[in-house]
Amino acid sequence: MSADTAVQPKIKIESVCKSYVIGGEREDVLTGVDMTVHAGEFVSIIGPSGCGKSTLLNIIAGLDRPDSGSVELFGDTTSDTKGRLGQTGYMQQKDLLLPWRSVLDNTILGLELKGVPRRQAREQALEFTEAFGLKGFEDQYPFALSGGMRQRASFLRTMLMNQDVVLLDEPFGALDALTRIQMQEWLLQLWESLNKTIVLITHDVDEALLLSDRVYLLSARPGQVTMVLDVPLPRPRRYNMVTSPEFSVFKAQLMEPLWSQIVGTQPGSASGTHTGRI
Amino acid sequence: MRLSNRFAGLSTWLLPISILVGLLAAWELWVQLGDVPRWQLPAPSAIAQELGSSRSLLWDHTLVTLEEIVVGFIAALAAGLILAAGIAYSRVLERSVYPIVIASQTVPIIAIAPLLLIWVGYGLTPKIIIVALICFYPIAVNTVDGLKAIDPDMVNMLRTLGASRWQVFTKLQVPTALPFMFSGIKIGVSVSVIAAVIGEWVGASEGLGYLITYSQPLFLTERVFAAIFLLSIMGIALFVLAVVAERMMMPWYFNEKRSRSLNQL
Repeated sequence: MSADTAVQPKIKIESVCKSYVIGGEREDVLTGVDMTVHAGEFVSIIGPSGCGKSTLLNIIAGLDRPDSGSVELFGDTTSDTKGRLGQTGYMQQKDLLLPWRSVLDNTILGLELKGVPRRQAREQALEFTEAFGLKGFEDQYPFALSGGMRQRASFLRTMLMNQDVVLLDEPFGALDALTRIQMQEWLLQLWESLNKTIVLITHDVDEALLLSDRVYLLSARPGQVTMVLDVPLPRPRRYNMVTSPEFSVFKAQLMEPLWSQIVGTQPGSASGTHTGRI
Repeated sequence: MRLSNRFAGLSTWLLPISILVGLLAAWELWVQLGDVPRWQLPAPSAIAQELGSSRSLLWDHTLVTLEEIVVGFIAALAAGLILAAGIAYSRVLERSVYPIVIASQTVPIIAIAPLLLIWVGYGLTPKIIIVALICFYPIAVNTVDGLKAIDPDMVNMLRTLGASRWQVFTKLQVPTALPFMFSGIKIGVSVSVIAAVIGEWVGASEGLGYLITYSQPLFLTERVFAAIFLLSIMGIALFVLAVVAERMMMPWYFNEKRSRSLNQL
């Protein structure tokens, strides 16, 4: 790879390790994780619960400091953990909307923190409320919204920061199956029009394959990359692709190691049937 | 649904009011039929009469007590909020000052009142100080609790949006603390009237508390009752004012509560 900045990866993670003290004992959460994400790529991280996926995003976003290893954002080797704060768009699992702000004022929170005047920030946000399915609900308080809407409001707050790199931690995890499919379809279209670099954490094999250019499979704790799967399915992609034969081939490739892991860690569940979710 | 709601709203007022009217009527009958002497227990009608005939005297003293309460309360509010903010913002202040604030509550403020007369004399100042000292504690402690009751995930969310420590304080901690602060304010307002009366009892030449201590040896019992009535009205009015301010500053809080309770029906 040349040193040219044009092909410089947006995110480059090398042998990142992280451990926490849990119940008085030090436990490794991530052991030697490598990952590279280039401009405009959609990358998913999939793995069993507690494998350190969220920790990995926290490290990229600058909320957590790795014990060892290096994290480069935009090719910048000099910035430390704190220097990465505010450099990425990070949407966490919970929508984390402030209950005292209207939907519109929640979405402009990041702009407001950057010093953009409220009126101007609101105008900016209003241009997107339709695309994010929030039109007509701008002045409502979050408690009055459905789960999907709250999630989209949280997503708009993240996207209005206009960061090149967007980190999504199970954004659809709390939604019911049908709403989740709607949101995946919606995210696909949005991403295709916005040209962002996205890292998505998910539990859902279909979701990972449908959305991503590449899927990283993490092992159960301590988290390690056990498989990197390229998904060269044609774009634009639509949800009905999940039933296509090509899709099934990728799914089988991903399910195989995933399944052996689940069976390996939970002996009692060996007789269970294959499902798309873990 | 609507009708039953309206009935529920009406009955919440109707019930306590009818009990109150019933009690007053019983009191009136007791005094009239039992021929209780006026200096011992005046009838409600006699107290009402006193409220009318001595209105300018009562009004003058009411204004004095009201001033003590309002100034003292505002001082307590300002000091309480500043100190709470300092304690929530700085570890050092939390470790050094907060224990002292809590320990200070064990000092009986009523016992300090005579000292204040020695230090600052008989004017309004000692009463204002007593009101402030008594109102300060609930406001400060509740606000500190509120400022610390933040969701760590919210803090992280703000940090990833690039928020500074100060922005986390103003955008998250302060709004989180508002309901707690108003709890403190409502407690403070309720005890402020008591504080002013205590301050006047220790030594004063005006105010409703003074009027009570002055009228009692003269057996002007209906005037004592009139003063007590005005003090309660003042307390209720201040409390209502606090509730109105609370609703105006936190519309989201009450909308949310209302929609939750409606959903439960």
